Amino acid sequence: MPKLTIDGIEIEVEPGTSVLQACEQLGIEIPRFCYHERLSVPANCRMCLVEMERAPKPVASCAMPCADGMVIRTDTDLVHKARKGVMEFLLVNHPLDCPICDQGGECDLQDQAMAYGMDHGRYAENKRAVKDKYMGPLIKTIMTRCIHCTRCIRFINEIAGVPDIGAVNRGEHMEVTTFVEKAVASELSGNLVDVCPVGALTSKPYAYTSRPWELRKTETIDVMDAVGSNIRVDTRGPEVMRVLPRLNEDINEEWLSDKSRYHYDGLKRQRLDRPYVRKGGRLHPATWGEAFDAIATRLKGVAGTKIAAITGDTVDVESMLALKDLMTALGSPNLDCRQDGARFDASARSGYLFNTGIAGIEQADVIVLIGTNPRWEGSLVNARIRKRYLMGGLKVAVIGERRELTYPYAHIGTGPQDLQDLVDGKGDFAEVLKGAKRPMLVLGMGAFRRADGPAIQAAARALAETYGMVRDDWNGFNVLHTAAARVGALDIGFLPGEGGRDLAGILDGASKGEIEAVYLLAADEIDMARLGSAFVIYQGHHGDAGAARADVVLPGAAYTEKDGTYVNTEGRPQQARLATFPLGEAREDWKILRALSERLGHTLPYDSQAQLRRRMVDLNPIFGAIDAVTPATWLGFGAAGPLDPAPFATPIANFYMTDPISRASVTMARCTETFLGSAAQERTGTHG
Amino acid sequence: MLRDEDRIFTNLYGYQDFGLDAARARGDWDNTRALVEKGRDWIIEQVKESGLRGRGGAGFSTGMKWSFMPKAVTGKPVYLVVNADEGEPGTCKDRDILRHDPHKLIEGCLLAGVAIGASACYIYIRGEFYNEGSNVQRAIDEAYAAGLIGKNACGTGYDYDIYIHRGAGAYICGEETALIESIEGKKGQPRNKPPFPAQAGLYSCPTTVNNVESIAVVPTILRRGAGWFAGLGRPKNTGTKLFCISGHVNKPCNVEEEMGIPLKELIERHAGGVRGGWDNLLAVIPGGSSVPVLPKSICDTVLMDFDSLRDARSGLGTAAVIVMDKSTDIVKAIARLSQFYAHESCGQCTPCREGTGWLNRVMQRMVKGNARVEEIDMLHEVTKQIEGHTICALGDAAAWPVQGLIRHFRPEMERRILEYRNAAQRLAAE
Repeated sequence: MPKLTIDGIEIEVEPGTSVLQACEQLGIEIPRFCYHERLSVPANCRMCLVEMERAPKPVASCAMPCADGMVIRTDTDLVHKARKGVMEFLLVNHPLDCPICDQGGECDLQDQAMAYGMDHGRYAENKRAVKDKYMGPLIKTIMTRCIHCTRCIRFINEIAGVPDIGAVNRGEHMEVTTFVEKAVASELSGNLVDVCPVGALTSKPYAYTSRPWELRKTETIDVMDAVGSNIRVDTRGPEVMRVLPRLNEDINEEWLSDKSRYHYDGLKRQRLDRPYVRKGGRLHPATWGEAFDAIATRLKGVAGTKIAAITGDTVDVESMLALKDLMTALGSPNLDCRQDGARFDASARSGYLFNTGIAGIEQADVIVLIGTNPRWEGSLVNARIRKRYLMGGLKVAVIGERRELTYPYAHIGTGPQDLQDLVDGKGDFAEVLKGAKRPMLVLGMGAFRRADGPAIQAAARALAETYGMVRDDWNGFNVLHTAAARVGALDIGFLPGEGGRDLAGILDGASKGEIEAVYLLAADEIDMARLGSAFVIYQGHHGDAGAARADVVLPGAAYTEKDGTYVNTEGRPQQARLATFPLGEAREDWKILRALSERLGHTLPYDSQAQLRRRMVDLNPIFGAIDAVTPATWLGFGAAGPLDPAPFATPIANFYMTDPISRASVTMARCTETFLGSAAQERTGTHG
Repeated sequence: MLRDEDRIFTNLYGYQDFGLDAARARGDWDNTRALVEKGRDWIIEQVKESGLRGRGGAGFSTGMKWSFMPKAVTGKPVYLVVNADEGEPGTCKDRDILRHDPHKLIEGCLLAGVAIGASACYIYIRGEFYNEGSNVQRAIDEAYAAGLIGKNACGTGYDYDIYIHRGAGAYICGEETALIESIEGKKGQPRNKPPFPAQAGLYSCPTTVNNVESIAVVPTILRRGAGWFAGLGRPKNTGTKLFCISGHVNKPCNVEEEMGIPLKELIERHAGGVRGGWDNLLAVIPGGSSVPVLPKSICDTVLMDFDSLRDARSGLGTAAVIVMDKSTDIVKAIARLSQFYAHESCGQCTPCREGTGWLNRVMQRMVKGNARVEEIDMLHEVTKQIEGHTICALGDAAAWPVQGLIRHFRPEMERRILEYRNAAQRLAAE
């Protein structure tokens, strides 16, 4: 442990700590631009220079490892002069267009110029002007503002693993650019805006809309995938202006996927802001009373077994529990939360969780990906696997579709039979697994969205047990969900009750007329045509497929408009918070269900969210430990059965549009067009 | 005056063939085996004793540099890299070694490789040196064929390979870590130090980077003894040195001379004197474009070695003597150098990227006098802001010539500014 002296204070640090980090530990502020703790250290901005005893010139503290007996000074004339000089150089070719720059108010250069800059400029020559680059529909570039810190280049090459950005030319003419005017084809490209310390890379959809000091910040949870990224929703009045990531080392570190960051304009489009009742084949605006009356009238005398409920992918646990309680009170066992048709055995919690934990990936040494494309199903899970890959010594195998995952892998098969072969010890990769210390597997929804789902689950369990993936200190069995609501729904048992029908059963029953009423709680992904002539109640926030089919529409709240609990794929319950109020006459979902239950004569036994949450904890104690992962006991699960030889198919056809909110988003539509559509890669900087 | 028998580069002018037979006739590859078999410690000790200082410009002790290489076998290969990316304006000494005496270099590569425990050597040759590279390649092929290098080099049981890597002509690739990056196939941008190449260099393996001349003199030092080399020149500035004399002299030339020869003697004896006589001398840049210019008053007495030139606030650099007589527009000459450094800055770190461009623009105005007198002080301050704050020495190299100009020729700069202003005023009055 090297011991050094900084500004007269002695400090002992971990070996490998840089001088800059040691200064931070002491609370000494060192200005920096290029240094970013999650990226490699190029030491090119030269802002962090400090004085080191016996060194002939100031040293870059970010790149200088601490050594025993070092004497560092950060508060001398030499250091101040060096910082002032570097700051002046950074500003000579910077446009100083802060008044029209979107970074204004949260700009590192602006802040540090206040602290370390001169009060006047001495540069009398013409400033450099740089042509703006095309980086796709998410990132706006004003390259004249670039200070060449190369954070974006390092982020895209190291973290995102998509080497799309680099620097061309030399000296003053150095320009950060994408190769041949290509959009940055990464699901993590939005993070470039965050890493850029100046206004060179800014958010295109957010451009010129607001200033950071006008925004109200709400810390909440993202629902675009089952990762449960921690986010901050910035609002101005009733409007969501932008979404930013929040630091959570266990989940998303400080990154966010593009869908989570840019879907928010979908919250302003195609919204349901009042109840509707279908009369004469058309939906007519109605009052809450009329809507409830219509439901009560239709459900009167209908047997509970003829009623069914399906929940969507972005619903909070509170609402699902209220719906479940209401259905139970009505006598309906026909519940399902798996609107995508996934089939698996949910009897053991360990059978449907990402048991290793997202941060746990960093400890794994062999990973088997089964029927999953983590890059699309959980972009930050994939980023974590890449991070583990960069640490060295990781081996990855894929059974399923061959996709570019940003790290090399062995493609050892496409279907369940290949999985069975691996269980049986066939093939080269079985040897790799035998030698692994901490092996893990990841099952995607592509492995479950098929009739033999439970059998595949059983085969995967066999794989885990055969190769020692489950031990006292390690659980390498993982399911990567795609829906934010899914694990929470499973945890409260939003599944067919005794003798109840599952999704397929409900749809069959509805098309045959055996099911008379279906309650869709923001469920839009099912095949609406198969609902036959059933009476459909749709409660949700977007006018998507469900509302179009509904007989009664009850306007609910989107995830930014209510306090709600979500459980991520690891089994970590987290609470989202209300950032804006529900639109128009819309209400928070659990309140709608509570009100409806009263009208139906089965009043739910809770009058406040606190009471409802107490009911959740009673039902499943994991809800008592918010933000923590309660480890799941390893039990037998899955059902042995014949395996269908059909190859695993990806569950996501379009990463950018997976739910009603992102489908309503113009930004996501532009991404779809750019990255997946026919126009992909044909645009250049001169377009638009 | 160096005696002929003390000359190391006996075929500097290419009067003889550069091939193996001719080289052998000149004494190269003479019982190299015995030198190799004396072992790495002996070689390093000899080179240290000889007082050889790196000939690439910085003048760091070569023996010392070699002794930084790990002694114990780490399992990683060790590399010797020879810097033949000679791009310093005014310098052309390595070029003559490469084309006329390549076997001296290759023998040196083998001995230096033994000294640092290297398994392979890369010679990074500047792309423009096409024919020179071809000559070196031919010499390497001859050496392989004769069993002098390759498997069991010189019959010593030592396996040693030498490869040529051609650069693409960027000045910055002559910086040792940028050169390493370039060999690795990356953009030639200097690395941060630490780690130094001796710890993590080429492909993250221990590496020593030496100048062509430093390596090429090693076999002769080992043959004739450290004492002979140390006996030439002055203490701490020993041996012989190739000087490249260019500019306003009657006979520009490359010449091998003893270290510490007076500048005036060097120019008068070997280059036929300054055009128009010594009194017509304005200034000399004594060590390639990167070092500060010296006015005639200093040139009268200064000795050509590392320490005397440092004391004169300049440097020996690559020993490329650029002579300028009184017909020279000295401001324009230095402005041209500023333009060169702005063009060759790699753009990686802030002070150099932004500072060299700034210097260049102000210097171009200074040429005409289109500036204010205070701007001379600002210019000096800007050079101080660049110097010592960059990743590599290019920033320093860009700053020094301008500093030298201001130090010695400030009156000339002020005169121009005044003249320009007066002319402008006259124009306005008319």
